[in-house]
Amino acid sequence: MNVMMLLEMAAQGFGERVAFSNGEASMTYGQLFGAAQQAARQLKSRDCEYVAMLGVSSLALPIGLFASACAGLPFVPLNYRLAAKEIEALLQRIQPAWLITDRERVESRPAGSGIEAIERQQFIDLARAGHDGSRQPAWSMDQEDVGVLLFTSGTTGAPKAAVLRQKHLVSYIFASVEFGCAAESDAALVAVPPYHIAGIAAVLSSVYSGRRVVQLPNFSAGEWIKLARRERVTNAFLVPTMLAQIVNELEGEASADMPHLRALSYGGGKMPQSLIERAMALFPETDFTNAYGLTETSSTIALLGPNDHRDAAASQNPQLRRRLTSVGRPLPSVEVEIRDEAGAVLAPGQRGEIYVRGEQVSGEYVGRGSSLDADGWFPTRDAGSLDEEGYLFLEGRADDVIVRGGENLSPGEIEDVLLAHQAVADAAVFGVPDEQWGEAVAAIVVIKPGEAVSTQELQAWVGDQLRSSRVPQSIRFTEELPYNEMGKLLRRVLKKRYQEH
Amino acid sequence: MSQYKPGARLRSAVCTTEVVVIAVPDTVTPVSCGGAMMMGEGEQLSDGVTLAPLFADGTELGKRYSDDSGQLELLCVKPGEGSLSVDGVALTLKGAKPLPSSD
Repeated sequence: MNVMMLLEMAAQGFGERVAFSNGEASMTYGQLFGAAQQAARQLKSRDCEYVAMLGVSSLALPIGLFASACAGLPFVPLNYRLAAKEIEALLQRIQPAWLITDRERVESRPAGSGIEAIERQQFIDLARAGHDGSRQPAWSMDQEDVGVLLFTSGTTGAPKAAVLRQKHLVSYIFASVEFGCAAESDAALVAVPPYHIAGIAAVLSSVYSGRRVVQLPNFSAGEWIKLARRERVTNAFLVPTMLAQIVNELEGEASADMPHLRALSYGGGKMPQSLIERAMALFPETDFTNAYGLTETSSTIALLGPNDHRDAAASQNPQLRRRLTSVGRPLPSVEVEIRDEAGAVLAPGQRGEIYVRGEQVSGEYVGRGSSLDADGWFPTRDAGSLDEEGYLFLEGRADDVIVRGGENLSPGEIEDVLLAHQAVADAAVFGVPDEQWGEAVAAIVVIKPGEAVSTQELQAWVGDQLRSSRVPQSIRFTEELPYNEMGKLLRRVLKKRYQEH
Repeated sequence: MSQYKPGARLRSAVCTTEVVVIAVPDTVTPVSCGGAMMMGEGEQLSDGVTLAPLFADGTELGKRYSDDSGQLELLCVKPGEGSLSVDGVALTLKGAKPLPSSD
């Protein structure tokens, strides 16, 4: 198995169709297939074991991804927002590598460093230059070949490199995409970065479905809206914070005025109920899908589909309406279980850690082997529960749990209550060491402009709605909370800062 | 039948059809296309073999075909006029279960 097989089929089935566009530049499936093979020839002639990419999305992304697969080398997209020192540390771990990046980084690269850097446009031009007429390179169909390495942010210590083999990537696509299902007029707006699993999955899914990708390398709500209208985008994937910005931008207008946008899917972070409700009101004709997945599971393992969204939004029944905050039901190709700390499988309604098993699930990290249990189950470290009909609800990270006096407390539950207070704009809750309780509940709160509230008032507010054990022992106030670029709240950063003061 | 492991490519001897093996049962019976046994990689196409009218329903790009047990599964990577069969029994199209696009 190799993702090149997917591209070969696309080139065969709709080779003349535009596959990717970025500003004025574009490439058909046939051209991408040829470019991937030409770049693979270059790769094989160089002494490199990895193909790394550092920079915003461009045509170099699909070429790089498929060329690596064709040459049998892992593709390693890196987070360009990291500090130079952090990037250097990652590059040290993937040598020798061919690094596709921007001009400034190429020029600042020390010679003989085990990393050969090539400027992005040069790489694209080299790949597209057409081949020398020699026979098509055959690519390995060994399904164990490593397709992609993605560094996941570590909780402590260095980031772990998640290993996704060709078998994981291909089985994910087979399970979730029907070949050639997109119409020629379809277009998917992809604004997520290449170093996120959603960015990689978007390339593979769009190629196999035959849906043209319109790349937006640097997201802003204004640019997204303009591009979506201009390119008559039919599909888009967003993380919740991007959707929030777009909704804020559009809410002043009479309508979203995007009649072509048939489908909007989102994931990568928690979607607040109020936001999805506002988005559904602004885009009443659009199908919404919530996709839950992890880097280690080759992206999506559960989906809350368009009908689920509409049924929940239209329902007066609070149980059904609550489904709007669910991540839906597992894909038919995977199994999901909720387990307690001892590993026992829990019943519907009970909260525990989410475990998943399936062909697309890797759970392997470079240098650490597999984190799958003996029966192939992967512990996601996400906390959650299943309802009676198999809908999955996320409840934060399992390791964000605060253990206070032997009781497990969920930060999310307390945050939701704080956020419901009219003076509170944002809130984060976490555990801090405490002599009496083991851990105590601490909260950091952002007040809305023009509002005022005291610690005591907020403690009383929480105490009125939740058990007393959940009342934050201390509340500090701040200007804003730290989020990463994908919209994930960085509780660990807050915890660290709190303990340093 | 070493060419029948997952990932192996089979070519039709009588048309342009090519398939990739997705799944294969423990005991394998040769797959035919257009009535003629399919060739593994590196095997030479023999002359004088023609497309059997009984197995000329075509094989479609991107579709998956399986036998009754479901243990044998082939993905068509190049379309052609011949249709797939095992032991004279035509393989059937594996139904697609379309999910909403999520990426």
